[in-house]
Amino acid sequence: MSSELIKNKFRTDRLPHIWCPGCGHGIAMKALAQAIDNLGWDKKDVCIISGIGCSSRAPGYMDFNTLHTTHGRALAFATGVKLANPDLKVVVVTGDGDCSAIGGNHLIHTARRNMDITTIVFNNNIYGMTGGQYSPTTPTNDFGTTAPFGNIDKPFDICKLVEAAGATYVARGTVYHANPLIKLIEKALLNKGFSLVDAISICPTYYGRKNKKGTPVNMMNFLKDKAIDVKAAAKLTPEELGDKFIMGEFKNTQEPEYTEEYQKIVDRFKKER
Amino acid sequence: MKNREVKLMQGNEACVEGALAAGMTFYAGYPITPSTEIAEHCAQKLPLIGGKFIQMEDEIAGMAATIGGSLAGLKSMTATSGPGFSLKQENIGYAALAEVPCVIVDVQRAGPSTGLPTAPSQGDIMQAKWGTHGDHPVIALAPTSVKETYDLTIKCFNLAEKYRTPVFLMLDEIVGHMREKIEIPTPDEIEVFDRVRPEAGDENYQAYKVEEGQLVPPMAAFGEGFHFHVTGLMHDDFGFPSNDSEIADKLLRRIMNKISNNVDDIVMYEEEFMEDAEMVVLAYGGTYRSARSAVKQAREQGLKVGLFKAITIWPFPEKRVRELTSKAKSILVPELNLGQYVLEVERVVSDDTQVISLGKINGEAITPNEILAKIREVL
Amino acid sequence: MNKQHEIRLSGSGGQGLILGGIILAEAALIDGNNAIQSQSYGPEARGGASKAEVIISTEEIDYPKVDKADLLLALTEVAYVKYIKSLKEGGILIVDENVNVEGINPSYRVVQIPIINTATEKIGKSMVANIIALGAIQELSNVVTKEALEKAVLKRVPRGTEELNKAALQAGYELVSK
Repeated sequence: MSSELIKNKFRTDRLPHIWCPGCGHGIAMKALAQAIDNLGWDKKDVCIISGIGCSSRAPGYMDFNTLHTTHGRALAFATGVKLANPDLKVVVVTGDGDCSAIGGNHLIHTARRNMDITTIVFNNNIYGMTGGQYSPTTPTNDFGTTAPFGNIDKPFDICKLVEAAGATYVARGTVYHANPLIKLIEKALLNKGFSLVDAISICPTYYGRKNKKGTPVNMMNFLKDKAIDVKAAAKLTPEELGDKFIMGEFKNTQEPEYTEEYQKIVDRFKKER
Repeated sequence: MKNREVKLMQGNEACVEGALAAGMTFYAGYPITPSTEIAEHCAQKLPLIGGKFIQMEDEIAGMAATIGGSLAGLKSMTATSGPGFSLKQENIGYAALAEVPCVIVDVQRAGPSTGLPTAPSQGDIMQAKWGTHGDHPVIALAPTSVKETYDLTIKCFNLAEKYRTPVFLMLDEIVGHMREKIEIPTPDEIEVFDRVRPEAGDENYQAYKVEEGQLVPPMAAFGEGFHFHVTGLMHDDFGFPSNDSEIADKLLRRIMNKISNNVDDIVMYEEEFMEDAEMVVLAYGGTYRSARSAVKQAREQGLKVGLFKAITIWPFPEKRVRELTSKAKSILVPELNLGQYVLEVERVVSDDTQVISLGKINGEAITPNEILAKIREVL
Repeated sequence: MNKQHEIRLSGSGGQGLILGGIILAEAALIDGNNAIQSQSYGPEARGGASKAEVIISTEEIDYPKVDKADLLLALTEVAYVKYIKSLKEGGILIVDENVNVEGINPSYRVVQIPIINTATEKIGKSMVANIIALGAIQELSNVVTKEALEKAVLKRVPRGTEELNKAALQAGYELVSK
C-alpha cells in the first residue's frame, strides 16, 4: 500500500531524500501525502509550498504543484498563490525556525486573516540544515551549537501562538504517532481557513547528539512516553502532567475565510454592473 | 476609434492605470510614502474587475505574495519606496532566478534609512542594479512625466512577461506626486504582451527547458495540471535543485544572456539638440525635466548643448552613450544622489571625455538654474 | 495670458488648498492649456502652514516645481509669513483681511480681501474659502477662463453642493471686481 502511495504521490526519480538516517521528517512527509490521498484530492488542485530548512525540501519530492521559496516566506508566497487562485488547495510545509523565527510575522498574520492554507510544521526543535543552532522551540537549558552553555531563551508553543493569532484549526501530533498524525492533517486540510498541525519530529544528528538523547529509537520512545492526548491531559493536575507534552486537537472552529470574504466584495460589484 | 480621454492625473495614479491597461490583476504591497497612492488606487480598482488586492504584513511579504500571484497565472505588481525596496531585495533575487515575471515600482525618496520620507531622490539607481545578492538580470525604466509613467508601466509588464523577469519602474517623488495632463491611449493603441504558455496537456513539459528558437521557457500556472517545481536553488530543466556546477553555470548564463543578448529590444532613450552638441546633459526621471529646461535656456544663449534622456536605466544604454561622446567633449549627469549613474557613464566613455557629476541630496529637486550654471562653468 | 504662470496657494491644513490647486489645473486643461499641480515638500512644510502649487502654461512645462511664484494666495498669517519671500518681485499677493501685511515689499500688488469672512458669513460654510479664493485668482489674473473654472469646480465638489460652490465662486469674483 505504501509503495502505491509513493508511486502516485511522489517524484520517485527525485528520491532518496536528503534527510539523515533516523530523521523524523520522512514520516511527517508521508503523513501529508497519505492524508491528501485519503481525501482523494486531484494532484493538479494541490499546491505545496515551503521555505528553507530541512523540512522545506519535502515539496521537491512530492508530485504536486510545488514551490520552494525563501527562508521564512512560504506563507507569504502561499498567500499570493491562494488569493490569485482560491480553487487551489494550498499546503505549507515548514520548520520550527522557518515559521516561528524568520517567518514569525507571516505566521501570525496568515493566521489572523484566516487564509485558507494548511500549515504542517516539521518541528524538530533545532536548525538542522545549518548544523544544529537553537531555534524558537528549543527548550530552555538545552544545547545547540549556538547555545554551548545551555539555551537561555524561552521556547514558543507554536499551537498557542497561532490559536491566539486567529487560526481556526490547530493540532499537534508526533512522528511516532503516525496514524493519528494523518488524521489530524486530514482534518486540517478539510478546514476552510487557516490550519496548523505542529508535527513534532526528531533530529538525532544535531538536537539528539547535542542533548545526549541517544539513538533515533530512543528519541522515538521519548515521543511515545512524553506525549499525552489533550483529552487525557485535561483530567490531570499540573503535577501529574509533569514534563509530558500535549498532543491532539486544540481548536476546530468556523470563521469567515479571507478569500471567500474577498470574493464577496468582487461579487457585490458584479451585481451592480 | 474612440477619442482619447484627456485628464489631470497624478503620476502614481497613472502607474496604476497603465498597469490595468497592461492586464495587471494582482497587487500585494505594504504602505509606504511616497508610493501609497499606488496601493490605494489598486485597492479601489482591482475588486471592480475581479482582480486581487492585498495589503500584506510587511514589505517582504508584499514581494513574496506578488511572486505567488504571478506563479498562479496573474500579472502581478507591488510598489514601494527606498526602505521597502531594500526589504524586497531577497525575493527580487528569487523572482530573477526562478524567472517569475512581476513589476516592482520604487517611488524613490531621500535616504539612506528613513531619510526624508516625502522628499524626492534618485538614490536607488544602483540598488536597482545590485540590490540583491549574486549576479542577476535587471531591467529598470524611469519615467519623466505622468504620461510616460502610464506608458512605461505597460512596457514594464510587457518586458516582464516577455523575458520572465522582475522589472523595476523607478519612479521618484517628483513624478509620482505631481499631477499633469495625460491623454489616455485608446485600447487599440496599447500593445500588450502575455507570457508564453506551454501547450495544454503537454506531457513532456519541463518548466525550465528552453527549446530552439525560444527566448525563455514557456510558463505554466499552478493548477493547470503541470506538476512542476519552482525553487530559488540552482535547478535543472525540470526545475529541480541541483548542485552540479555545469547546470548552475548554464542556468545563470542563460538568465543573464536573455537580457544582455537583447539589449537593443529593451533599451529606450530620447535625444534632442544633439547635432552640433559639444556637451551632452544625460538625465533620467524627474531630474530630466530640470535638465530639459536648462538645455533649452542654454541653447537660447547659444551654447552647444545636447540632451539625452535615459528611459531604460538598466541595462545601461552603453552603445549609444559611447557614440555620443565620440563627438561631444563633455557629458554632464545631474541626479538626485551623489553620483551613481554617472559611474556607468565614466565606465563606458573614452578617457578624453570630461564627465561631470551634479549631485544633490538635500531632498529638493535639482533646479534648471543649477544645471545651467554647471553648463556655463564648463562651456 | 503670459506664457507661463506660477501660482502658490497657502493657508492652513484643511482649507482645501490641494483641491483648489487641482481644480485650477483642471480648469487650465479645459481651456486647452497645460498645467501641473504639485507639492514641494521640505522642512518648511512642517507646522501650521500648508500649500499647493500650480503651473499653467500655453507651452509644454518642463520643470514642474514652483520656485518664485507669480501669484501667492495666503489665507492665514502663518502662511503669509512663511511664503511671502517666495513671491517674485512685482508679483501678486492675494491675502485674507485678517493677515497683517505691514512692511511688505512695495513692488508687490497686494489684494487684501475678506475671503474667510465671506465664506463663513455670506455663504455660510467655512469650507468654501478655497473656492472663493479661486474666484478671486481668476478675476485678478485671468490664468483660466470663468467658464472653465466653473466646470472644473462642479466636477470636483460633492454632489448637492453645486449651487453653494457656484455662489462661492461668484463671491470670489466680486471681492476683486468691486
